[in-house]
Amino acid sequence: MNEPTDRVLMTGNEALAEAAIRAGLEAYFGYPITPQNELTGYLAAHLPPLGRVFVQSESELAAINMVFGASATGARTMTTSSSPGISLMQEGLSYLAGAELPAVVANIMRGGPGLGNIQPSQADYFQATRGGGHGDYRLIVLAPATVQETADLTMTAFDLADRYRMTVMILSDGVLGQMMEPVRFREYHRPELPPKDWAVTGAQGRPQNIVRTLWLAEGMLEQRNQLLQAKYRRVEANEVRVEAGQIEDADYVIVAYGLMARAARAAVHRLRAGGVKAGWIRPISLWPFPSEIIGRVAQQPRVFLTVEMSCGQMVQDVRLAVGGQCPVLFYGRAGGGIPTVDEIVGQVEKLALPAGGPR
Amino acid sequence: MTMQKVFARPPTLKLNPTHYCPGCGHGIVHRLVAEAIDDLGIRERTIGIAPVGCAVLAYDYLDVDMVEVAHGRAPAVATGIKRVRPDRIVFCYQGDGDLASIGAAEILHATHRGEPLTVIFVNNAVYGMTGGQMAPTSVLQQVTATSPQGRRADREGYPMQVAELLAVLPGAGYVERVGVHSPAAVRTAKKAVVHAFERQVKCEPGLSLIEVLSPCPTYWRMTPAQALRWLQQTMCPVFPLGRLKG
Amino acid sequence: MAGEIQIDRERCKGCGLCIQVCPRQSISLSQQANRMGYLFAEPCGSGCTGCALCALMCPDVAIEVYRDGGSVVAGPDDSSGRLEVRAGG
Repeated sequence: MNEPTDRVLMTGNEALAEAAIRAGLEAYFGYPITPQNELTGYLAAHLPPLGRVFVQSESELAAINMVFGASATGARTMTTSSSPGISLMQEGLSYLAGAELPAVVANIMRGGPGLGNIQPSQADYFQATRGGGHGDYRLIVLAPATVQETADLTMTAFDLADRYRMTVMILSDGVLGQMMEPVRFREYHRPELPPKDWAVTGAQGRPQNIVRTLWLAEGMLEQRNQLLQAKYRRVEANEVRVEAGQIEDADYVIVAYGLMARAARAAVHRLRAGGVKAGWIRPISLWPFPSEIIGRVAQQPRVFLTVEMSCGQMVQDVRLAVGGQCPVLFYGRAGGGIPTVDEIVGQVEKLALPAGGPR
Repeated sequence: MTMQKVFARPPTLKLNPTHYCPGCGHGIVHRLVAEAIDDLGIRERTIGIAPVGCAVLAYDYLDVDMVEVAHGRAPAVATGIKRVRPDRIVFCYQGDGDLASIGAAEILHATHRGEPLTVIFVNNAVYGMTGGQMAPTSVLQQVTATSPQGRRADREGYPMQVAELLAVLPGAGYVERVGVHSPAAVRTAKKAVVHAFERQVKCEPGLSLIEVLSPCPTYWRMTPAQALRWLQQTMCPVFPLGRLKG
Repeated sequence: MAGEIQIDRERCKGCGLCIQVCPRQSISLSQQANRMGYLFAEPCGSGCTGCALCALMCPDVAIEVYRDGGSVVAGPDDSSGRLEVRAGG
């Protein structure tokens, strides 16, 4: 079951599910919502024969709370949904963070706000990286750009969740989730991880364990928050994931993640062929955000163009990272619209000045 | 002749003095839960789930592994726990806001799925923790912080009879309503609580729910003694005691 | 039958339920307050039979009950609080 495979053709959603199973997913709880129903279907078919848990919950609200319960016992557990369902989970995500419970959550993003549509979107970036639920907490947010990367990052997600006792959110979208690409599953090896001696399993031979988020005594909650913040600093120091190409001499740097990163790379390829010095930066971890590389690249005069399937969310983090050193522009489509390679190339060509680069 | 001790605190009930008001029913129900756990010898296998409500600090009083969860979500969290650890004894302890209002979907579906859980539902017809607001189980004409003119059926609806609602579901294995308004009632309640835990120990199918009518002297604006009388005279006709299923 | 109760005066919140259910009027409310400011209940007189109805009702588990011999059947573990009382004595 954990044998590495040859290339198989799978949708992003199915690859996510298969990767989760290989990473030792013990319990899945989820509710149907387009465009991630392949996930619930795949796991409903594959988990019970392995003796693992699958429950279709009554709502996303219930699903994230079932995840809370399973995680509290020390099990590897996951839920998946799409934008409106993730909104319902925000309370649960806050509680998971407060209780320091590991979990993996996947958001296969769709157009919003409200019921929106079932086309892809990247408009949940704020929701994912700014918390979404109440209180000072963070999620580790990973953004794959291919079906292969979806599988690989899913396996990594479970390890990160256990290592840091956090929720790791995989941010995919309706196209990435439903497109089919070849994927090879590596053999999963569980790394050395801290023991879950905090789990509730029945207080046999030890004092009771309490999984809690309420701290009423004077100063306690502030202490807890400081603990969490110290952890988040460790994550920021160790878990930034980013990829970049042709940035050294680039006059125009396109910053994009997920599906848009594919378009950005293709655009850079075309621009270079046309004599424009373009490069790309692809954040893979959206939190922690790869501010350092962007800040460094911004030390030379360039123009940054952020491309998203939204009205402009990640662009704010790019602006923060650039720190005013260079102009940061934005191009996006909303409500299910997908920026094309042509459109992105057009945006850069509009900016491209005659030889000599930007002022 | 030497005196023999015939009544003492059960070991699973911690020594901490409780924050509950004088005459609050939670103290009695906590003791019954602790006694049941000790009678059945399941302390080291038990995982409890505390609600949001006056009993939010139940883990300070019950010496078992416990999880504190969001308002109303206990049956969903319990499902997550029991499904991955079916050999553990998992119980939810919830009040009337937690279970019958915000948590209505969760208890309905946990029962509907027949999750083999033990649910102790403490019904005191009011929201205590937040200052005495109307609960789904507040009775008609009851004056509360959010029904200052008294509850009216045409405006606030009728009091919700949770035990009856859940007993009709095939997934409900055992449903009984008890009270703690007299020593005799407490004895009956104890037997019911033990049975509700025992069914899980014996892997009997379906969800076990005990609805416990419990006094809230503070927000009923009564003395503890008056509260017990009100419970008997006003709540019992609306929420009939007895075994509804199993 | 003779019985005796011990009430932990610091646990007691003076709710009075024990006084209400005692069939022998052998509990009364003290005129003294404990550290929390509650007027605590205390045994009074010599009528106590150790019936434990007070302890059954006490929400704060503040009462321990003792009984002289006689027809008492207790559970396998006395300290669990399980108690069967036969009439008489």
